Amino acid sequence: MGAKDKAVRKPREKRSWYQAAFALGMNAWLPSWFKGEIFQGGVKGVCVPALNCYSCPSAMGACPIGAIQTFFGGLRFNLSIAEKKFGLYVVGFLGAVGSVVGRMPCGWVCPFGFIQELLHKIPTPKVRLPRFLSYFRYVVLATMVVALPLLIIDQFGYGQAWFCKWICPAGTLEAGIPLILLKVDLRPLIGFMYYWKIALLVLFIGWFILSRRPFCRAVCPLGAIFGLFNKASLFRMAVDDEKCTLCDQCYKDCPVEIKIYESPNSPDCVRCLKCVSSCKFGAISYEFLGKREVARDLRVKSPASS
Amino acid sequence: MRRKLPWVLLTVFLGVMVAGLLLGEYKTVLEKAITVCLDCIGIG
Repeated sequence: MGAKDKAVRKPREKRSWYQAAFALGMNAWLPSWFKGEIFQGGVKGVCVPALNCYSCPSAMGACPIGAIQTFFGGLRFNLSIAEKKFGLYVVGFLGAVGSVVGRMPCGWVCPFGFIQELLHKIPTPKVRLPRFLSYFRYVVLATMVVALPLLIIDQFGYGQAWFCKWICPAGTLEAGIPLILLKVDLRPLIGFMYYWKIALLVLFIGWFILSRRPFCRAVCPLGAIFGLFNKASLFRMAVDDEKCTLCDQCYKDCPVEIKIYESPNSPDCVRCLKCVSSCKFGAISYEFLGKREVARDLRVKSPASS
Repeated sequence: MRRKLPWVLLTVFLGVMVAGLLLGEYKTVLEKAITVCLDCIGIG
């Protein structure tokens, strides 16, 4: 073990607190709940690295998936009044975050990931997610977030936010239900779409209870984007093959059910670092900006205890 | 060995982000974010 290596316990063992703090921090404008309005401060144009609906009354930042669909839907070269903006700000933001930490925001920042982990604690029989479903999130990204908003136009000549409109259960949970409860004038507008989204949310909640973070793994386009950077980001995971005993404890504890020893920087990994804590053999480590941290090999007694 | 790819990607994407900001895209995002998104809540 090198001089830079050191034993860790630390923030990863309190990850739920970080998730709660980020969820609250991104939705900190609580007075909006009492006024029945959404927060409208000037900071709300700042993208957050999480699926957090900007129509949540207390949301203080912009969901990058909602924002990018706005740009794609409005990108109409045949309309003189349409803005010719490509969403470079959002694309650059997503790429910059991904280049630094890859999919780590999914494991530490995203409120919707946190909700899934909490619901999965409800004691019921559990169901493993078939591995092939993890490719479906790329289909969602390519179609609902990119292709359909770009290609299908409404009666006004613009594209729509297909993912937000037809799928996103975060929008229903964080904005749809609260705003309908808080704003009486919106209630007459309830129709098929609202019931569709409520039904989808109920199905998703059932799935969250049964499977580990299924939305993140099978559906989330933001996770799909960040995951593409896992192999190329500054933050890196590594497994020491000589120390790994293939005991699968990391696999059993992993919230996204991956075998990290097969692919330490898999696009599916949300970098929660739970595996680092799980490994009793000090085989799993991570590296960031030249600093490497390795889990303690619990088989080795420290000099003080010997 | 120092890996260059993440730094190259970070530089490129920060450049892309700054270009978007210079083109006024922050305002576009802000205008969308401060308006109730009817699509998001299921009544659009």
